[in-house]
Parts: sequence; structure tokens; C-alpha cells
Amino acid sequence: MKNPIRGNRLQSMNKSLYRLDWITIILYLALVSFGLMNIYSTNFNENSSIFNFKIPVGKQFLFFMVSLFVGVLILITKAKFFERFASIFYLLTILSLVGLFLFGKNISGATSWYSFGSIGLQPSEFAKVATALAVAKYLSEIQVNVKKLKSLLQVGLIIALPMILIILQPDPGTALVFGAFFFVLFREGLNSIFLLLLFGLIFFFILTLVTPIPFVFASIITLLIALYFFSKKLNKKASLLPYLALIVVSCSYVYSVDYIFNNIFEQRHRDRFNIILGKEVDTQGIGYNINQSKIAIGSGGWEGKGFLQGTQTKGRFVPEQHTDYIFSTIGEEWGFYGSAAVILVFCFLIIRILYRAENLKNNFARIYGHGLAAILFLHFFINIGMSLGLVPTIGIPLPFISYGGSSLLGFSCLLFIFLNLDANRLNE
Amino acid sequence: MRKLLLAGLTLIIGILFISRLFQLQVVNTTYQRLSDNNAILEISDYPERGFIYDRNGKLLVANQAAYDIMIIPENVIPFDTLSFCELTGVSKERLIKSLKKARRYSKRLPSVIVNQISKETYATLQEQMWKYEGFFIQKKSLRDYRIGFGANVLGYVSEVNNNDLKYDDYYQQGELIGRQGIEKSYENELRGEKGKRFLQKDRFNRIIGEYKNKTFDVEPKVAKDINLTLDALLQEYGEYLMQNKRGGIVAIEPSTGEILALVSAPSYNPNLLVGRNRSKNYRKLAQDTLAKPLFDRGLQALYPPGSPFKTLNALIALQEGVITPETQFKCNKGHFYARGAFMECHCRRGSRNDLLKGIYQSCNTYFANTYKKIINKYDTPDKGVNQWNSHLKSFGLGNYLGYDLSVGKRGFIPNAAYYNSWYKEGGWKAPTIISNAIGQGEVLTTPIQLANFTAAIANRGYYYTPHFLRSVSGDSIKQKFLRKNTSIDPEHFEVVIDGMHKVVEKGTARIARIKGIEVCGKTGTAENFTKIDGVRTQLTDHSIFIAFAPKEDPKIAIAVFIENGYWGGRWAAPIASLMLEQYINKEVKRSWLEKRMVEGSLATEYEKPYSGKPFTINE
Repeated sequence: MKNPIRGNRLQSMNKSLYRLDWITIILYLALVSFGLMNIYSTNFNENSSIFNFKIPVGKQFLFFMVSLFVGVLILITKAKFFERFASIFYLLTILSLVGLFLFGKNISGATSWYSFGSIGLQPSEFAKVATALAVAKYLSEIQVNVKKLKSLLQVGLIIALPMILIILQPDPGTALVFGAFFFVLFREGLNSIFLLLLFGLIFFFILTLVTPIPFVFASIITLLIALYFFSKKLNKKASLLPYLALIVVSCSYVYSVDYIFNNIFEQRHRDRFNIILGKEVDTQGIGYNINQSKIAIGSGGWEGKGFLQGTQTKGRFVPEQHTDYIFSTIGEEWGFYGSAAVILVFCFLIIRILYRAENLKNNFARIYGHGLAAILFLHFFINIGMSLGLVPTIGIPLPFISYGGSSLLGFSCLLFIFLNLDANRLNE
Repeated sequence: MRKLLLAGLTLIIGILFISRLFQLQVVNTTYQRLSDNNAILEISDYPERGFIYDRNGKLLVANQAAYDIMIIPENVIPFDTLSFCELTGVSKERLIKSLKKARRYSKRLPSVIVNQISKETYATLQEQMWKYEGFFIQKKSLRDYRIGFGANVLGYVSEVNNNDLKYDDYYQQGELIGRQGIEKSYENELRGEKGKRFLQKDRFNRIIGEYKNKTFDVEPKVAKDINLTLDALLQEYGEYLMQNKRGGIVAIEPSTGEILALVSAPSYNPNLLVGRNRSKNYRKLAQDTLAKPLFDRGLQALYPPGSPFKTLNALIALQEGVITPETQFKCNKGHFYARGAFMECHCRRGSRNDLLKGIYQSCNTYFANTYKKIINKYDTPDKGVNQWNSHLKSFGLGNYLGYDLSVGKRGFIPNAAYYNSWYKEGGWKAPTIISNAIGQGEVLTTPIQLANFTAAIANRGYYYTPHFLRSVSGDSIKQKFLRKNTSIDPEHFEVVIDGMHKVVEKGTARIARIKGIEVCGKTGTAENFTKIDGVRTQLTDHSIFIAFAPKEDPKIAIAVFIENGYWGGRWAAPIASLMLEQYINKEVKRSWLEKRMVEGSLATEYEKPYSGKPFTINE
């Protein structure tokens, strides 16, 4: 009773430490360590050492240490801090993204980096954290309702602003990740029409690319007219108008997809889709990466060739193997067992985050948790899908595993903030 | 529902990914193979090909380094073509052509631009290589024939062809294989066994190191060196004597069956089939269908043996007991062997010859009668001929001898079945086949068969399978080439050998006498025919001589065959005699005879039938 405030604080710290999701932390440590091993393997030579900070594995190790330090800082920070300062973070991030156009360093065609000597920082990675916080903060406000157009437009703006700035770098792959917030909006009550629309867009997009346009038109028209007659049977008053409108919209969408694909996309973009859709077989040019990645993974067999024993990895057959194609090293050296385990760990981690988020009473924390899960999911889906030849080449990292300091630090912040929110769920 | 969308999607994607992994890694095995092709380079590690020595340890065949100029097209930067052409002696057009070809083949893989440059070019080029980015020099090993003779025995190596690849999976495209001669017969010993090295490649096909620390590497097995039975000096001397003549010389050491010399004329310098001009030279040799330098006359040429064959008929008659050394026959410049059928002989009218004289006078009448006695000893000529045939077979005639070179002919010794198919059954008798008595008729032999039966006579009744291999890396191989006894008892040989001695002392081959050496020999002169534009034409007789020396404890048996050399004493006997002198005395004193043989040429004789003009033979 002498110092009730201090006592409470300590008590709550102890309790939150006790409530900390240690399983997630263990999975996090396991993924990062496994990532380090594979980065070590992709660039293995006689002077490889995780303490050599001039080579990728050393840099990654350094960032791992920084991430742990930052992670601890995040964990000892009061949970309210993040909610309160979300807007400030967001503002700073937007400024840093804008600042790139003035001070950024151009690396392989994109101005995505601030350079500090041999270490570069990529603000777009931190933009994910800030946007996740900002979206959570905005959506958790009492007056906000995503069913209302105004709210939807405002939250759309929050998401679109960093997206546009990142597209301008240009780094469309990273920008695409912000699409993950769609899942968050949907969870918070977005009209199901949007989900249908999204799937429709994707479906027609692919359909347009694989089949001739007149056939797509014909099938849309037949389908919708059939739907109209069906609904007419149920309800005599059904109007033809919405169906006609739908036909016009769908057809113009399909037409524009076709137009954009053939006239606005550059050949390299077209190739990425064509190879995945099986319309082109090209193992030397653009298809080289995917083909080599598939060979590396496929040659792993059940058990893999063993740590540091991957011949494809050693021969550097897969370009960007330590960053975007890290999964091919895992597939080759750790085989089916190892790579399936990585997939299972990711699925488990995402579902666990979703589960814990759902159990949170605090709206901000729950929405943030969804944002985190959605971002992880999109990275996981695109990156591994690309390595397996199921998704077109989009250069984004595999969270916690791919080489990249900013990416590791960014994902660590994302995760540790959620761990903090989760551990403090009763301290409201 | 909304809560479960992302979780459900995660699960679906997870299952999709794991099934895709299963398909790529477990179901589909082609990726493993692709990966191996991709990343592991298996290269062969060749041991150096074995050396070949003669019987005295003289090095005949070694290896030489050759240098190919290679390029990797993508690394080539513009260079001074003019000075490059000057350095390498390649024309600019050819250089441009090979550069284009290399680029077409692959931009990243090495191609040969100039092959087999000389050591001198290599030396100068090496200092200037830095000027030519993307070029490098690759060393390889070629055969180095240290001698300019013996090509027919040594043979040559060349790249494997599709046939070799089909029948022996040891070889891979581009490797060398012994193609002829000793190189072929002892390919396995000379080549050793290649090892394997596994190297790790990167995506530019560059070697980045050993694969798994050499765990899968196989060490090559060292090749073996070979000592031949050949006497290099004798072989060289034989080829020297045979210039401008066609024919063969085979010399055998009777006590072992070791072949001391195998000369085939015309021949070629073995170095012609090494290096840059190999295929051009080979084509030239192969296209010479008249002189046939690639045809080993010592082993492959079938000739009627002529008079030397009389020695065998004498031995068979003695063994069969149809004559004794004292048996005499009358000769009147020949005799009627059947009604109205006269066989000529060069004996004087009214001669009475016993066996000794029959041999050294080479009396046709004597051997015709002897032969008739052999055939008529049995109640049918069938049995007689077959008995005669089996005696001859025991001398290695009419069949392959089993020596260790891959070319040869069986020769031909007729039997009853042969004659019964020619004439109707019972339609032939001893006189019908009387030409066999004097080594004409149906009998055909190769020079090595002549030399071999000469060795059997020298040994008084046995021979060793003739062979070229003396030892492999110092291990002798005696048991491989076995002693074979003839069907003639040893006591019958002395009188024939005496006769052969007299041939040289006072008979048809007095020119073959060598001071201090007792030479036994037998001349032969064989009628022969060829087809010119489809017409059977008789050509000048072959000159034949068989000999061995010394008479007691013979060191060398020899057969010399000179195509269209008129008669035995004119070319074959002197050449054989010089060879004996060279081998036994290690020097030749009769330089006048040597000069006559070396300078003598039968070139005009060989051209005659193809000149298109009428010609006379035996002029």
C-alpha cells in the first residue's frame, strides 16, 4: 500500500511477461535462425561467418540482434503508447517515403533506400508497421464504420497513400502487400460485394489471359442472361437493368484487362504471367528464375541434400536466392520435410495470431493483429508461391527468413507490437 | 464467417503449397536429374597412354603434348586479328569462320579455335596470351612415334566412332581408341583405366570446386607399358630394303615364336596419322587402291607359296613313308604326269634326282611324283588329300595363326570336300591336283604362314604361335603363346634341312650365302594372275624366299615375298639374306648387294598392267 502505483506497475509487468505468447516468440526465433542458416548456405565460402558484417549472413545477424533489442524495447513499452502514437508513426513514415525522392538511393532501378554506409534502410518495410497501426487506430474509433462510404474512403486513403508513394519508387511488389488490408476491412464488416468483386476481378483477369476475348464475352453474357431468367422465375418483378449493367461493366473490365495486358504492360510483365499460366515455356530468359527455383526445390527429394550441400545453391543457379528465392535453398537442402515444416510453421503462426487477435477485447489490438496476419499471409503466399512456380514473379521477401535487414526489422516490430498488445490484453 | 476467411485461406494455401512440394520433390524425379546436369560436371581423368618399346628396350611410341587454342566466345573482346593470324599461321578467313562456328555452338562453353599448334608456336603464343581476352590454351596428349617405320605393326589411335560407342560402354564421345595394330590389340593395357572426377559448376558453367570433397571421385588406373618382340633395327632395315617394291617380310625367332620384323611394303610413316593432318593423310593412304599402303601384306596378302612348299610335301611324304631320302625320280626337263599332260622342269634331260637334289634343284618332277605317292597311298584320293591337308594344318596353314594383331587371312589348303564340289565325285585324281605339289594350284598362304612353317622346320617339328608381345610392364607373358607340335616326326627334318642348306650352298639361292653363317633356304617363283578390266591377266611371277639361320640352333626364320619380282633368287633371296646378316651379325658387309636391293625398283613393273598398252611378263 506504500506505493500502490509502482506496485501495480511491477505486478502488471510480471503478469504481462507471464501472459506473453512464448510460443509465437519461439516460432519467431526458429524462423529467423533457420533463415540465417539458409542465407549462410547461399553465400557459403571459406570466409563465411555470421560475424563477418560485410557479407549477407553477417549483416542479417546484426539486424537480428538489433531486432531483438528493439523487440525488448517494444515489449517493455506501455501498450497504450502504440495506439496513441499511431498517427505520428504514420506521418513520419509518409515523410520518410516522400524524402526518398530527395535523398534516396537508387538500387537496381528503384529508389527505395536510405543509405548509411554499407547499411541501407528501406522505409517501405516500416510503412507496413505504421499503416497497420494507423488502420487499426482509425477503424477502432467509435464513429468509424466501414459499411459507410465516408469511412471506407478515409481508411482507403490511409492505405493508398503509402501504396502510391511506393509504386512511384517504383516498387509495385511491396505496394501490392498493402492489399492485405482488404482482409482487415472485410473482417471489420466490409460489404461482401467487395469480396465477390475481388474474386470476380481475379477470376476474369486470369480468364482473359488464358482464353480468347470473344469467348470470355460470350460466357459472361450467357451467364448473366441465364441468371436474369432464373431470378425472373423467383421474382416476376426482377428487372433486367442491373444485369445489363453488370454485363457492360464485366465486359469493359475484361476488355480493359486485355488492353492493359497487351498494350500497357511491358513484355517482361506479360512474360511473368504467361509463364505461370503455362502459355510459354522459356527456361533461359524470364522463365530462368522460376525454372531454376523449381529444379532446386525438386532436386531436394524427401530429405534434401543437407545443410551446405545444395548443388544448385552452391552453383548460384537461382538468382536472388538469399532474398526472394530463399525458399528454393530450403527446398533443396532440407527437402520435403524441411520445406513442408516451414509452410506449416507459417500457417500455424498466421492462424495463431488470428486466433489470439479474435480473443482480444480491445478493438485496436484485434484489428492490428488482423493486419499483421494479413501482411504475413500475403508475403507467405506470394513468396513461396513464386518459388514453387504458382504465382507470377513478384519480388517480395519471405518474412523472418529472407535476407534483408529492413524487412527483418520491420517484421520484428510488427510482431513484437502485437505480442505487447496481446500480453497486455487485461490491462485496459 | 468473416473471422474465418483469412484463417481458412491460410489453410487452403498451406495445403496447396505442401501438395505442390510433394509433386515437385517426391513424385517428379526429373528435377533431380536436371539438377545434376545443371550443377555437377563429371569429367574423366585419363591416365597417360602406355609407351611401346622394342625387344631391346628402344622406345618406339611415346606421347607428346599438343596444344589447342580455345575460346569462350562471350569473354572475347575485339583483338588484333592480324598479329594473331601471324602468330598461329591461320588464315584470316579460317579464323573468322571458326570464331563464328564457336559462337554458334555456345557463347559460354569453350570451343577449339586452332587445333594442335606446335610447341614452338605454343611457346611464343603463351607470352602473348594476355592480349587475347577469352582465349586460352588447352593441353592434350597425342601419340608420338619416335620412329618412321613399323606403322603396320604399331597401328594408330583415333577418336571413337558410333560403332565403338555401341559395343563398349567404356568409351565416350571424343575419346581415343587404338584403331589398328598393337594400339588396338593391347588397347586395354595401353589405355589404363580412366578415373572420374566430379566437379561443381555454377550457373555460368564455371567450375567452382570439387563436388562433395571428391567422395565420388574414382582414381584412374595407370596404363601399362608394352615391350614388343620386334627388333627395331631389323624392322627398319627391312623397310629400307623394301622401298619401291611391294610385298612382305616376316621374321620369327623359332625358339619362341617372337616376331622380329613384320615388313609390309609400301608402308607409311606412323606420324602421318597423328595430329592436325591426320584425316587428310589417312584419306590419301586409303585412296591408294593400287599400292594399298594400309594393307598389311605380311599378314593379309594371299599368294601361292610356290617352291618353298615343296619342303612341306617332302616332309609329309617322309612321314607317310611313301619315299625315303634315297628315293629317286627321273627328270627329262620335266615329265608327263598324265597322258598328254607335261609338267616342265629346269633339270637337265636325263637327270636322276634323290630327295636332297630334288630340293636344292627344286625339281618339279621329283615333287610331282612324291605328291602322287602321298595322294595314292590310300585307297581313294579323298583320303590321301585329307591326310595331306591335316599334316599341313599342323604347320598352321589354312587357318588363322592366332598371333596378336587383329588383321589376317586364313590362307587356303584344299581338302577332298573342296575338290568333290569342284569336280564331280570321283572325277579327280592325283594328277588333277598335281599343281599342289609345287605350291601352285589351289594352295594359298600369307607371308607370316610361310615364315611360321619355316620356323617349324628350323625347330625340327614344332613352332610357337607367332606373336608381337614380349612383356607388359616388365611381366613376361610366355604362357599365352603356346608350343604346337607338327605331325611330322623330328627325324624327317634333317634331310630336308640339308636340302635347304644346299639350296644356298650350291642351288638356286647361292646369292643368299653369308660368310660364317650356315643359311638354309628355299626359293620360290609363283605364277600369278589378276583381273584387269574384268580380263584374267597373267602378271610377272612373284619372287619368294624362305630361310632360317644358323642351320644348327636357328636364331631367325624368315619369309620374303616380292610381288612380281620375277624369280626367287632375284629379289627375295638377297633381301632375306641381308636381313639374316643384319640380325645375326648386327652389320651388313655386302654393301654392293644392299645397294642393289635398295636402289632396285619394281615401280615400272607395277605400272605395266595399268598402262593400257600390251606388255610382256617375265622379260
